[in-house]
Amino acid sequence: MLAINDLHVAYGQSEVLHGLNVSVAPNEIVAIMGRNGMGKTTLMKSLMGIVPIKSGSVTMDGDELGALPSYDRVAKGLAYVPQGRMIFSTMTVKENIETGLVVSGGSEVPEDIYELFPVLLEMKGRRGGNLSGGQQQQLAIARALATKPKVLLLDEPTEGIQPSIIKDMAKTLKRIRDERGLSIVVSEQVLSFALDIADRVLVIENGEIVRDDPRDSVDAAQISKFLSV
Amino acid sequence: MFGDYSIGDLGSIFVMQGFAGLILFSVYVLMALGLAIIFGQMGVINMAHGEFMILGAYVTWMTSNVFQSYLPSLFSGYFFLAMILAFLASGALGMLVEWVLIRHLYKRPLDTLLATWGLSLMLQQAYRSIFGAREVGVELPQWMLGSLHVTDSIEVPINGVFVMGLTVLITIAVAYIMFRSRWGRQVRAVVQNRIMAGAVGINTAKVDRYTFALGCGIAGVAGSAFTMIGSTGPTSGQLYIVDTFLVVVFGGAASLLGTIASAFSISQTQSTLEFFMSGSMAKVLTLLAVVGILMLRPQGLFALKVRK
Repeated sequence: MLAINDLHVAYGQSEVLHGLNVSVAPNEIVAIMGRNGMGKTTLMKSLMGIVPIKSGSVTMDGDELGALPSYDRVAKGLAYVPQGRMIFSTMTVKENIETGLVVSGGSEVPEDIYELFPVLLEMKGRRGGNLSGGQQQQLAIARALATKPKVLLLDEPTEGIQPSIIKDMAKTLKRIRDERGLSIVVSEQVLSFALDIADRVLVIENGEIVRDDPRDSVDAAQISKFLSV
Repeated sequence: MFGDYSIGDLGSIFVMQGFAGLILFSVYVLMALGLAIIFGQMGVINMAHGEFMILGAYVTWMTSNVFQSYLPSLFSGYFFLAMILAFLASGALGMLVEWVLIRHLYKRPLDTLLATWGLSLMLQQAYRSIFGAREVGVELPQWMLGSLHVTDSIEVPINGVFVMGLTVLITIAVAYIMFRSRWGRQVRAVVQNRIMAGAVGINTAKVDRYTFALGCGIAGVAGSAFTMIGSTGPTSGQLYIVDTFLVVVFGGAASLLGTIASAFSISQTQSTLEFFMSGSMAKVLTLLAVVGILMLRPQGLFALKVRK
């Protein structure tokens, strides 16, 4: 599905990602773990075309994405839920979701999105900026799903969300994967959340992937060593 | 200053000056709408906005000349066609300018200030070379001249009412486009967060180009309206750009309602005061009031409240 080959990303002269290789299978949930500053967000941004790629390739079903602007990548099937959610705060909940429809072509918000997130239907006339953190996170995911993606990227979705809602979110993400058959790549610092949802757990350290374990053989103690500061 | 007039006189003066201010109000609103859309969306301060307006004024003047020479029988309706042509001409120039110049400068907002200022100088010289340095005046069709007789002391100019009605229509159309249409949703998303708008699949480059064109096109229509209150010369636009910025800032950037309210209050204050004192004193008082209010409300008259 999504394949990253020898990806190098740099801010000016300072290289942050030193040749990553990751491939994501259809219907798979991959968690990328790592401490602050190890390159998780940079990886996400470079996949979306927000930060340019220095060398290497990113392909989706064989199509090269590396040089495309963000909106073309969305059209090819990538969707992005950024760190800090970044919903359009002065637009209503409904309008926020509708921005995602530009690519997929519909004019009405699909029913199944409101089914996943009933709270958004309740609040569809409110301004996005007046929602709580957890609701904004749901809105950001709904907006991403409106583009009908094949691969959903989530950058630290649990950040600033209360624990009970984190549990719900894990359930929802798995449900999304099962119902829609898409792949999910999620970057995380919360190990319990990652173990809860992921089929595979990668660890990124100083811009390199240092561990790549399927869920069944994950050594939680080993991974948490990479996370503790 | 009011001492020399009776209450009845004062009432008539206020009403008539108010209506006289309507054309100024319309020009301000149309100019400010375009400027606010462009500034709001792209963070580009378009110093050449006055020149886009003057292009509209020249187009109106040319259309009136063509009608006078070749189609005198249709002269009474030329203004409608002139407005459409003004919109198209300014919009097309705007699109070209965005493509050639502005899009390369999105990451350097201060440079756009300089670049668009340079553009305004170039356009002024172009107008001077093409149309001559002499100011030109547009002849209005018969039905737009004269005024409606309301009472013995109150007369309302017809062209003022006409331009006012037109402004209302255009404002409603812009509001509809921005807040109800699919395209407007994309524009507002780009305004809010350009990077994220791209990451949900909005073609930001295309949205930018058309938004810039729309803003410039509306300035062109403002130019059509402008021909009724002033004569059109190469540098006439310069006089309006500062006032228009004032309207945008005073109203609160990105607030349509604020823009209208501030254009109305500034133009009416200006117009009413001009009757009682010299034009420059009227301007001084208007500016002082605006500065005072902005010190109390730096975000402008209307600003949306959301959680940060």
